[in-house]
Amino acid sequence: MTDSLVNASAVDKKLKGWNRPPIIEPDGEAELLEVAMGPHHPSTHGVFRMDVALDGERVVRLKPVFGYLHRNHEKIAEGNSYLASMPYTDRLDYICSLTNNWAYALAVEKLVGQAVPERAEYLRVILGELTRVQNHASAIGFLIQEMGASGTPLMYAFREREKILDLFESLTGSRMMCNYMRFGGCRVDASPAWLDAARKVVAGLPGFVDEFEALLRSNEILMARTQGVGILRPDLAINAGVTGPMLRASGVNYDIRKVDRYGIYDRFEFRVPLGDHGDVFDRFMIRLLEARESIKILEQALKEIPDGPVMDGKAKIRGFRPKAGEAYGRIEAPKGELGFYLISDGGPNPYRYRVRPPSLVNLTILEDMCLGQNVADVVLIFGSVDIVLGEVDR
Amino acid sequence: MAVEEGLKIELGKQGVFVTTIEELYNWGRRSSVWPMQFGLACCAIEMIATTMARYDLARFGAEVFRPSPRQADLMIISGTVTKKMAPQVVRLYNQMAEPRYVIAMGACAISGGPFKQGYNVLKGIDRYIPVDVHIPGCPPRPEALLQAFITLQKKITGQPLTGEDRPRHLDAEAQGEFPVPHQGEHDLEPTANKGVWTVPVVIR
Repeated sequence: MTDSLVNASAVDKKLKGWNRPPIIEPDGEAELLEVAMGPHHPSTHGVFRMDVALDGERVVRLKPVFGYLHRNHEKIAEGNSYLASMPYTDRLDYICSLTNNWAYALAVEKLVGQAVPERAEYLRVILGELTRVQNHASAIGFLIQEMGASGTPLMYAFREREKILDLFESLTGSRMMCNYMRFGGCRVDASPAWLDAARKVVAGLPGFVDEFEALLRSNEILMARTQGVGILRPDLAINAGVTGPMLRASGVNYDIRKVDRYGIYDRFEFRVPLGDHGDVFDRFMIRLLEARESIKILEQALKEIPDGPVMDGKAKIRGFRPKAGEAYGRIEAPKGELGFYLISDGGPNPYRYRVRPPSLVNLTILEDMCLGQNVADVVLIFGSVDIVLGEVDR
Repeated sequence: MAVEEGLKIELGKQGVFVTTIEELYNWGRRSSVWPMQFGLACCAIEMIATTMARYDLARFGAEVFRPSPRQADLMIISGTVTKKMAPQVVRLYNQMAEPRYVIAMGACAISGGPFKQGYNVLKGIDRYIPVDVHIPGCPPRPEALLQAFITLQKKITGQPLTGEDRPRHLDAEAQGEFPVPHQGEHDLEPTANKGVWTVPVVIR
């Protein structure tokens, strides 16, 4: 798989001109300073600990410590009916609850063989892409915040996020924990007024992305701190199972919307932006470019959305017992491949319920990216992975 | 003893400002409550949204989030406290200087919320540290957090400087350190801080 997707020598050529700090082998004589960053640390996006061993300013070892937010999601889901797990999926990646709903609904629909009406598919795409825009906006905002620009970029991001959250709230009833999708469709239909409001918000989004980019890309400090920092090589990224913007920033063309074409993604025209170097700057830029592509999809979807039901009339939502078997549903969540793996033994609740969280898998290569970097950049590299602890620890 | 309201207004008209030490002291305290920059889970995102331009926590003098517990007056427990995290939360609370206040934000911090049946979730942070304001909701809206702030400010305003009801930081006898639980064989030990929390009596 590595050979077909990446030309390793071309990558080496690209990286040649970059100022990569040498990787330092820990010297047996030298005294290392061990720093525990977290679980209470302003930059750790919640509760996460990094045990960093330092040689001067350089990182020679980094040990991530997980589990401070382990909330027994999978175990609780195994005792619940299929429907009762839907609100819990909201709380996995709590910034983008709607894509979590979608992935779980997709897995159950595969398990029971349920079709989804066309209008519901369009609504799912609209909500999923709105989620992606607001996630990328706040991810960039947090990243810049960790760089030291305290407040301002995040305020721009949250201004736009609030507009999108208002849309979510008027449709689903909740700002963050939407609990909107059901097996075989969506819970409620969107009114024409809601669609008009969505069109209005989407029309304002390109201006926001332009403004955001102009604000940040012209900043010399941001360029100096992000370029050439935290490089992730494509071969390592593939071997580690990294997905999402992280993988594409390293130059690997892999987007599940294009690979699986789940839902109705084959109807939309959009491109998959790819990075060149796989450094923090590329990851930051990829998110901006992806937000632009999402806006394109949104414009098309809001134009083409057909009339019709949003729920399959024959769909069973509660009290059903799928035949014994297994299913894996996956989507391209804003952070990467989000998959739900369900095994049914014929009972009303899943025998095994497993989440494939993009945040956790993307975080596993944190040490490889941080080795040899300054300790101040660890915070930055960690921020560029864009994780949510609810999904890492579950 | 507060100044009589009518007299105060009458004096104010003539350019005389009258107040009591207690009022002045509490006015100062309530107008600059610095919260600790400390997010646990989902509610932390709503807490951040509250500080942003739309809800603007700065109107209540609480926009300065301090990363260090030594500089903070208020701890917002924003999210699920797991049994792995509970000792750190209590330790952070112990490190805060008096006067200190706690807001338990969201269902998880109050009682474990939707994850209460989980084996790893603490069933309410008020088992270990005293909580001043509880906010229900999953997650509570930013307006709810603002309401909690106003409630806390009212509480601070009403605190007398002397007497039985005086706040903890003016009481030399009051408990300053709270015991930090540790992971025992099956559960956190102790399972609750007896001085803070008693088993509620359920009337059936």
